[in-house]
Amino acid sequence: MNTTVEKTGRTWKKPPFIANPAIRWALIIGIAAYVWWALTSLPFDWDRIQQGIPRAIRIFKGAFPPSFLRGELLFDGFMESIKIAIVATLLGLALSVPIAFASASNVAPKWLYTIGRGVIIVARSFHPVIVAILFVKAVGFGPLAGILTLTIYSIGFVAKMLAERIEEIDWGQVEAIKSVGGGTFVTMLYAVIPQIMPRQIGLSIYQLDSNLRASAIVGIVGAGGIGSTLLNAFGRYDYDFALAITLCIIGVILVSEAISGRIRRNLW
Amino acid sequence: MLRIKELVKRYGNDKAVLKNLNLEVPGESVVSIIGASGAGKSTLLRCINRLVEPSSGSIELNGTELTSLEGKALRLARRRIGMVFQGFNLIDRLTVMENVQSGRLGYLPAWRAMTRKYPQEDIDRAFHLMERVGIAHYANKRADELSGGERQRVGVVRALMQEPEILLADEPTASLDPKTSKQIMELLRALASELHLPVLINIHNVNEAKEYTQRIVGMRFGRIIFDGEPVDLNNDAMDEIYAGVPAEERGGAESSTHLREVAAK
Repeated sequence: MNTTVEKTGRTWKKPPFIANPAIRWALIIGIAAYVWWALTSLPFDWDRIQQGIPRAIRIFKGAFPPSFLRGELLFDGFMESIKIAIVATLLGLALSVPIAFASASNVAPKWLYTIGRGVIIVARSFHPVIVAILFVKAVGFGPLAGILTLTIYSIGFVAKMLAERIEEIDWGQVEAIKSVGGGTFVTMLYAVIPQIMPRQIGLSIYQLDSNLRASAIVGIVGAGGIGSTLLNAFGRYDYDFALAITLCIIGVILVSEAISGRIRRNLW
Repeated sequence: MLRIKELVKRYGNDKAVLKNLNLEVPGESVVSIIGASGAGKSTLLRCINRLVEPSSGSIELNGTELTSLEGKALRLARRRIGMVFQGFNLIDRLTVMENVQSGRLGYLPAWRAMTRKYPQEDIDRAFHLMERVGIAHYANKRADELSGGERQRVGVVRALMQEPEILLADEPTASLDPKTSKQIMELLRALASELHLPVLINIHNVNEAKEYTQRIVGMRFGRIIFDGEPVDLNNDAMDEIYAGVPAEERGGAESSTHLREVAAK
């Protein structure tokens, strides 16, 4: 097939992402100017960076090969982290369920809904590390600060997700239990809980896994567990031991993610 | 005896869905309510057990005024009114027995409901009723494993567990195939006479209404415009109730050319 196409003299270009050229150029120049300003105004100390490079090399040299000599300390740290994660998860779940009911607009009265949502917003607004710093100040170093931190972290996530699930329930089942004369508590028990149960179990497993990861991080600011062990190892220049701890944390998290992922896949 | 007087239901500021509706259901009669979608049939039933709040008027069941009840008094009144739903509204993830026992939730202390420690008397009654409708062998099955007809039987047994003084059925057969639908209607009629229970059935299928009930109430635009025996429901009455509704949607109404002409207008 041989067709000749008539020349039209017309060209085509993809329309720009931002149609208004003034806004487009103002945005490009504005971002470039900000980046330049930020880089020049931040206090980069080039001498210090130069000195730091050999120090970093020394740390990495010191870290290899990783040392598992103090395996007992490593093991104890992990056991404490796991305890913190499990206790915090259970505590968090126990508090999350009532808060979730309070925060679901279809089952909670307006005033309770406002309170419930407020609790969730507060629980979610700070990163666990910041919460951990506050609790370490309040109750001192150690696992209690870690447990309290992760409990709040659990509420922020589980209560929010569970409240959203409650808002999606089939209302017909609630009507059925109301129509037989069931009270509010019994209606929640029979018409709502069975509907949200699979999600609740999935969220619990996810949160346990998530708390295990977070417990390593909050330990670094003094809230107990393997994070504290890691911090001490750094403090004593035991870089080989620190690397051993880091490798173990990665290993444990991989395993726990794999397990929780598999359970949740089979659940939903 | 159910006595409804001057019942009005208005959603927000819209036009009233029920307009000064009056209805009496004495003793043990089985009454079917027919009418096009939007006529207010479902709203009427839901006003009786207060799943919908009436705007004004009076509903009296065996001497109790229902429209003014609050809190515990409302729950006690609801125990006396059984309801069967179009979508069954069973608790899908619970067993058939738990669904059946949920009919007793108005009578049961919360801790017994929570721990599933049902009184032996209730378990006996449940098996008796389940035996009667043919679902006793499903007691330990999850409700969502059952077929539509079986699930509606669970729904009926749940309502009967309440030992109700009246049974409301909101389109109980609309989600079922024709054969199952007939079985459920037959069951409702039989149970009504065995248990001396007045039954109010919202229904789309006019043939089933005629076949299984002694009295038919026709609704249109929130009012009752027909109330009589099945033999009185002639073409003129049908036209009045269903004017403007295509014949296919009348669910087995006589599809004479006359009706089609009316429908086409």
